[in-house]
Amino acid sequence: MSQATQQHDVLLSLTGVHTHIGAYHILHGVDLSVPRSQLTMLLGRNGAGKTTTLRTIMGLWHASQGQVVFDGQDITAAETPHIAGLDIAYVPENMGIFSDLTVKENMLLAARSAKRVQHMDSKRLEWIFKLFPAVEKFWNHPAGKLSGGQKQMLAVARAIVEPRKLLIVDEPSKGLAPAIINNMIDAFAQLKQTGTTILLVEQNISFAKRLGDHVAVMDNGKVVHAGTMQELANNEDLQHALLGLAI
Amino acid sequence: MSKLNFDWKPLVLAPLLALFVLPFIGSPSTWVTLTVAGLAMGMIIFIIASGLTLVFGLMDVLNFGHGVFIALGAFVATTVMGAMGDWTGSDQLWRNLVAVFPAMLVAMAVAGAVGLAFERFIVRPVYGQHLKQILITMGGMIIGEELIKVVWGPAQIALPLPDAMRGSLYLGDAAIEKYRLMAVVVGLAVFALLAWVLGRTKIGLLIRAGVQDREMVESLGYRIKRLFIGVFVVGSGLAGLGGVMWGLYQQTVTPQMGAQVNVLIFIVIIIGGLGSTGGALIGSLLVGLMANYTGFLAPKVALFSNIALMVAILLWRPQGVYPVTSR
Repeated sequence: MSQATQQHDVLLSLTGVHTHIGAYHILHGVDLSVPRSQLTMLLGRNGAGKTTTLRTIMGLWHASQGQVVFDGQDITAAETPHIAGLDIAYVPENMGIFSDLTVKENMLLAARSAKRVQHMDSKRLEWIFKLFPAVEKFWNHPAGKLSGGQKQMLAVARAIVEPRKLLIVDEPSKGLAPAIINNMIDAFAQLKQTGTTILLVEQNISFAKRLGDHVAVMDNGKVVHAGTMQELANNEDLQHALLGLAI
Repeated sequence: MSKLNFDWKPLVLAPLLALFVLPFIGSPSTWVTLTVAGLAMGMIIFIIASGLTLVFGLMDVLNFGHGVFIALGAFVATTVMGAMGDWTGSDQLWRNLVAVFPAMLVAMAVAGAVGLAFERFIVRPVYGQHLKQILITMGGMIIGEELIKVVWGPAQIALPLPDAMRGSLYLGDAAIEKYRLMAVVVGLAVFALLAWVLGRTKIGLLIRAGVQDREMVESLGYRIKRLFIGVFVVGSGLAGLGGVMWGLYQQTVTPQMGAQVNVLIFIVIIIGGLGSTGGALIGSLLVGLMANYTGFLAPKVALFSNIALMVAILLWRPQGVYPVTSR
């Protein structure tokens, strides 16, 4: 654990996590700490194990060794619904949008405490509509008809429809136009201000630099560097060594 | 599916089929009789198939043992209605309904309870393994049939229509059997109830979402396995209800009747799009109409006709008339 994260209360920690998928050994002892009320970026090349790490946290794949602790509770062997029920919202790489449902139905589904749209927190919805106007504009439209950027906005909007302790998002900027990426950055910046703890996987370094408080870099199924975003952004040699490029 | 994006084309298939065969049948009164018979048969098949398509859609489970719940429902009805002979023998419709209604309820309850055990001991050990699912659920059906023989005997049993439900109503020269009209009404009621649950309730929303992406539903914090067990039990209960309706339609029940109907059900859910309840309704009506029209026009090809219908639909829409997105 880096000195920077030690200074903050840790909400989520992974210790020596190994994950196998079938015959493949993907994670080789991941150590990761996500400080409370901070935005942690998980960076790394393709195939480094970032998505597997997120899926292991969510219980979609189970760790074969090691420990995952969330808010003081060991969730290593817990089932996905139990983990999500601890107030963790997850946006997968493919966004997980229910294409045959309307935008409204997608949002209602994510609002676990609401049986009907009328039961949803209207003030929070208004805030979400300001963050992502497309969600309001296409409220009654089938989600499958939205563009890629609009789907990503819906996926994030769905994840924050109710307050959650931790928001996990896998590559929110993937395949999006620069204007929509800026919109997304603004949204995450506002979310940070609400004190939500966020764990983002990103390949877009500019995105990461603008938002990240902390950073963990993965390679070959391990976290090979953890520290502050600023520290990494200011050290070109480190960037080259870890990511093969300069931020 | 949103009203803004409703795909209406599949809805015209059944009317098109009905209009297409009219010149071949010739007599309008015969056509009306056959059409009502086809719709009645279609609605009974829909009652049976609706649960199966959701079971497949939600958990990717191929349950070839669904037919056993049909036979079980029908046999339970012979017992319940047999014990209410005074009521079924009455010429007053309300007294007949007082006999049929509890028979339906008991059949649904017994089929649902057996469905719960079937899911726990037969289906659950083979989640995610299609070949094993096919083999073990077919085995489950064979065992179920044998158990039915142990309880009710191997011979076919008569399930006569209650007195007031026999006979026909006449629309001009067209004779429309009263029971077939009743089957249409019950089928529509089941469809309306399913449509309401699926379209207007949070449970329905979860089922529709689960059919598309069960992993994401779990990631939102919902226990989809519990939902699946619920759908399996309801689907089994509906098959039991369908068994009562089918038994009364045929007026005899045999332990093998479920296996015979199974073929039609799988044609229906493939035509409809695996996991689609609306598609199952369209598929059921098409299969019911086709079976009756070809039974009249060309009995020798009647068995083949529904296979041909399925092939034609799949050439048009390879995923069925209402494919479930993301599958």
